Amino acid sequence: MSGLGGGLDGAWARRWAEAIAEGVADRKAELTALDRAIGDGDHGENLDRGFQAVLGKLESLEEGATPGAVLKLVATTLISTVGGASGPLYGTAFLKASVAAGERESLDAAALVEVLTAARDGIVARGKAELGDKTMVDAWTPAVDAAAAAGDDVEAVLDAAASAAEAGAAATEPLIAHKGRASYLGERAQGHRDPGSESTALMLRAAAAVA
Amino acid sequence: MKKLINDPAKTVDEGVAGFAAAHPDLVRVVVDPPFVVVRKDAPVQGKVGIVSGGGSGHEPLHAGYVGYGMLDAAVPGAMFTSPTPDPILEATKQVDAGAGVLHIVKNYTGDVLNFETAADLALAEGIEVQTVITDDDVAVKDSLYTAGRRGVAGTLLVEKIAGAAAQRGDSLDQVAEVARTVNSRVRSMGMALSPCTVPHAGEPSFELGEDEVEIGIGIHGEPGRERIALEPADRMVDRLIEPILEDLPFQQGDRVILLVNGMGGTPLSELYIVFRRAAEVLQERGIELARSLVGSYVTSLEMQGVSLTLLQVDDELLGLYDAPVETAALRWGR
Repeated sequence: MSGLGGGLDGAWARRWAEAIAEGVADRKAELTALDRAIGDGDHGENLDRGFQAVLGKLESLEEGATPGAVLKLVATTLISTVGGASGPLYGTAFLKASVAAGERESLDAAALVEVLTAARDGIVARGKAELGDKTMVDAWTPAVDAAAAAGDDVEAVLDAAASAAEAGAAATEPLIAHKGRASYLGERAQGHRDPGSESTALMLRAAAAVA
Repeated sequence: MKKLINDPAKTVDEGVAGFAAAHPDLVRVVVDPPFVVVRKDAPVQGKVGIVSGGGSGHEPLHAGYVGYGMLDAAVPGAMFTSPTPDPILEATKQVDAGAGVLHIVKNYTGDVLNFETAADLALAEGIEVQTVITDDDVAVKDSLYTAGRRGVAGTLLVEKIAGAAAQRGDSLDQVAEVARTVNSRVRSMGMALSPCTVPHAGEPSFELGEDEVEIGIGIHGEPGRERIALEPADRMVDRLIEPILEDLPFQQGDRVILLVNGMGGTPLSELYIVFRRAAEVLQERGIELARSLVGSYVTSLEMQGVSLTLLQVDDELLGLYDAPVETAALRWGR
């Protein structure tokens, strides 16, 4: 449930992290299969290892922690447990998101857009991928744009972000990859969905589902 | 598929533990954070430390090259997955003797990002770090539109020669310069007859028909650029060596080190069949074979396949290559 004034509080951030962990565990094999097609076949395993570690760390986080504190815990845990490219990329995303959330007790629609934008910008800065490179940016950028246009209701903002991320992930299928291991495949990457864009869609859908 | 393991989730841990038990004269393993294989006598006073690492599954790379005259530490990640920044930072601290630390990183997105983060953290702790990215794989053609060329078997030669430079007392700038020089003169290309299976994934990384081969594979089980029907060994060698020779290019009168590297599941007898043809091609081109290395040095689990690596050398690089080395997988001159 939303907190006072329709904002989302630290309990929401905690539920979000838990929902991602559950979603990744459920769809681990699917994410790994996407990665096997055009990468190295470990995306589901790596994210699952990271988010299971996040679940463990959440237990020791104090009650009433701010959204920023929860996001920071997710960030540092992912950086130190995931490895591969997705560890630093998602770690950076959550770290920048936590900085954007700052000390606020709850996040209204405008703050959520700031948080999502910071996450996306962090990924772009670290991975140096652009829209259309067949990476997670292809889910993040439409999500941020849709969130910014969704108005003042936090649930509407998150739902718009999730739907746009899902559409963005699907739209990576015909693309030739320009970043990451899939880029070595040239045209052979066409017809396959980018695993990072799919896990991004999963994360953003989880955010909406628990709002 | 059958694997000689106990638990897919413990493949790396148990492998590293066994490596440490087998080579206590060469290395020690730091267990917290996990998986840092450190030269036994590190930090070596006055010497530049050299750290490499990456996903596991390429053994003996990198832990097999920790020891006198080569690496000071290796950071094995999960299978085919870059290690996280924490153990890379720990390795960097373990080997820093005040002369700075060189990170040798294969050009894969995950490795580059995690080593970059670790280097930032090391700098924050007052350790001077330089990074050399290896990218010797000519199979990746259009580097403007890809993550760039991959670092593959040529990385071994970068580690050997930079290791020798550090051992003789070169400064961090000098060791990094030597490493960059080697990387700029080394080229590789590989092919696979069969894919490999990451233990916890349980399925092959790609499928190949009975009579098919992948040309231009990397070393993480990722498929290559092109799939063709298997041809006789000599013809396959020609398909690998031509793009290598054209790329640098290697020319008449050049002196080279030729590495014929098995991908893990290729018998040595076949590697020598490959070597025979590769040496023949070099002779036809008037390229002098200065040194040879044949064996499974940079592998992809049980993949059947081979890669060819050529390094153009001068007296300086050859001297460093010949310098004594004492590691689990490479030792001579001592």
